Amino acid sequence: MSLLEVRKVSRFFGGLAAVKDVSFEVRKGEILGLIGPNGAGKTTLFNVVNGFYPPSRGEVLFRGERISGLKPHQICQRGMARTFQVVKPLQRMSVMDNVVASAFLRAKDRSEADAVAAETLAFAGLYNDRDVISKGLPLGKRKRLEIARALATQPELLLLDESFAGLNPSELDESIGIIRKIKDRGITIMIIEHHMKVIMSISDRIVVLSYGEKLAEGTPQEIGRNPLVIEAYLGEAQSA
Amino acid sequence: MKNTLPYIVLAALILLPLFGFSSYVMHIAILVIMWCVIGMAWNLLGGYCGQVSFGHAAFFGVGAYTAGMLYSKLGVSGWWGIPASVVVVTLFALLLGYICLRLRGPYFALATLAIGVIMRIVTENLVKLTGGDLGIMIRERTWIEKTWFYYIILLIAAATFIAVRQIIRSRLGYYFVAIREDQDAAESLGINTTLYKTIALCVSAVITGLAGAFYTNYMGYIDPKVVFALHDISIITIMVVMVGGAATFAGPVVGAVIMVLLAEVIRSIPKLGTAHHTLFGILLIVIIIYLPNGIVGDFAKIRKLFGRRGARV
Repeated sequence: MSLLEVRKVSRFFGGLAAVKDVSFEVRKGEILGLIGPNGAGKTTLFNVVNGFYPPSRGEVLFRGERISGLKPHQICQRGMARTFQVVKPLQRMSVMDNVVASAFLRAKDRSEADAVAAETLAFAGLYNDRDVISKGLPLGKRKRLEIARALATQPELLLLDESFAGLNPSELDESIGIIRKIKDRGITIMIIEHHMKVIMSISDRIVVLSYGEKLAEGTPQEIGRNPLVIEAYLGEAQSA
Repeated sequence: MKNTLPYIVLAALILLPLFGFSSYVMHIAILVIMWCVIGMAWNLLGGYCGQVSFGHAAFFGVGAYTAGMLYSKLGVSGWWGIPASVVVVTLFALLLGYICLRLRGPYFALATLAIGVIMRIVTENLVKLTGGDLGIMIRERTWIEKTWFYYIILLIAAATFIAVRQIIRSRLGYYFVAIREDQDAAESLGINTTLYKTIALCVSAVITGLAGAFYTNYMGYIDPKVVFALHDISIITIMVVMVGGAATFAGPVVGAVIMVLLAEVIRSIPKLGTAHHTLFGILLIVIIIYLPNGIVGDFAKIRKLFGRRGARV
């Protein structure tokens, strides 16, 4: 069953088509990887799905309901949360307060928000850092704070934008473990990632974007064998 | 200790008039408390929610003129201006928020700056309604003595302090600070940023308007240049909060004491007195460079500084 459906979505910035006629669906319970060379339109697509940009054409359906045109906070209330590629912690708030602020979306009062936040922090392995002002966190933990904050809104679908970029190997393992645990909780995940090994190992299915268009879609094995995908990546590697 | 301090201060303030201070001292005390109220109001919007307003004189003035015009046009007591200003200022803030809150950061600040000036010019020119440059004079003073004025503004201040503290510790407070720190992140966390910014603006405006309505009744005379003043109201409001410490409970209180006393002291110095705005400007620059979080926010820094000096001597 599809939880999220992207139907023929295009997004133009002036004359530039950042996303062109892209369609795919995210099934309930899966991890869908979204990959593509730099500038392929992955983050733009996230911003359209999440409501920061309205689509120029096409529509996005979440749980069968049309959500394109809604504001990000309304989409979040319907059960979709996201993280940002460039982390956006609430800098002058403690780690705990960051998560409390987002837990308030579903919590009816302060004590319930506190409880949800504490539980989420423990889940993300950040409980010992709860009193740290988030400005002072190292990048690896800030990336996890983004995930924790999104989780505290108790989403059905979680959009992760490069949650692994810039992590060292041990942080990487930790974050992969957390993503798997999130999946075990029954939360559907759509993830943008550059780290090929990570995306191949955790995704159930992968969608490849290139120059704003969908190049391929399939299981990691299918994608790994797809000549178009190999060309897109090798072509980029050669020019680099 | 820290939790009981506000109650100790409040108790001391309640007892203050019993000491029989001169009416000059009581006047200064009333001004200090009035500025506490305005500072706390601004702090809610600017300090916690991060929406810096350079036009709080607009709310102060609308509150003041609500009270003044009730007296001059309808012939009722100016004190009705206190409840009436809540309604009038809320409507005014809703309208203003609808226009200005879609702007972010410096653009919001500039828009509020313009609103303050526009309100002054409008009031100056609607002569039939407002009395224009002549202002409004309340002929019958309610009390000659200051004591009751003092208790009324103290009541408003105490209520404001409690209200701000309750708001900041609740969901609203978390949302305000989240919006200040990153509006896009806040929005993606399910926070209706437009709604909560509007709430912050309305509450802040209403409290400022109450201070304005009180001012009319207390001073007995208002004119557009005084109550819609950019430098004497809007800028001083920001200074009260910046000097005391933005986004702290005690900051506006400390800031109000310092700013009102400083203004009185500087004005009484011969020759230099006329340059008090210049001196305020210098003070603001010093604060921004050395104590960016204000006296309360950077209290640890101040203590360290004095500790080190003491050790050296």
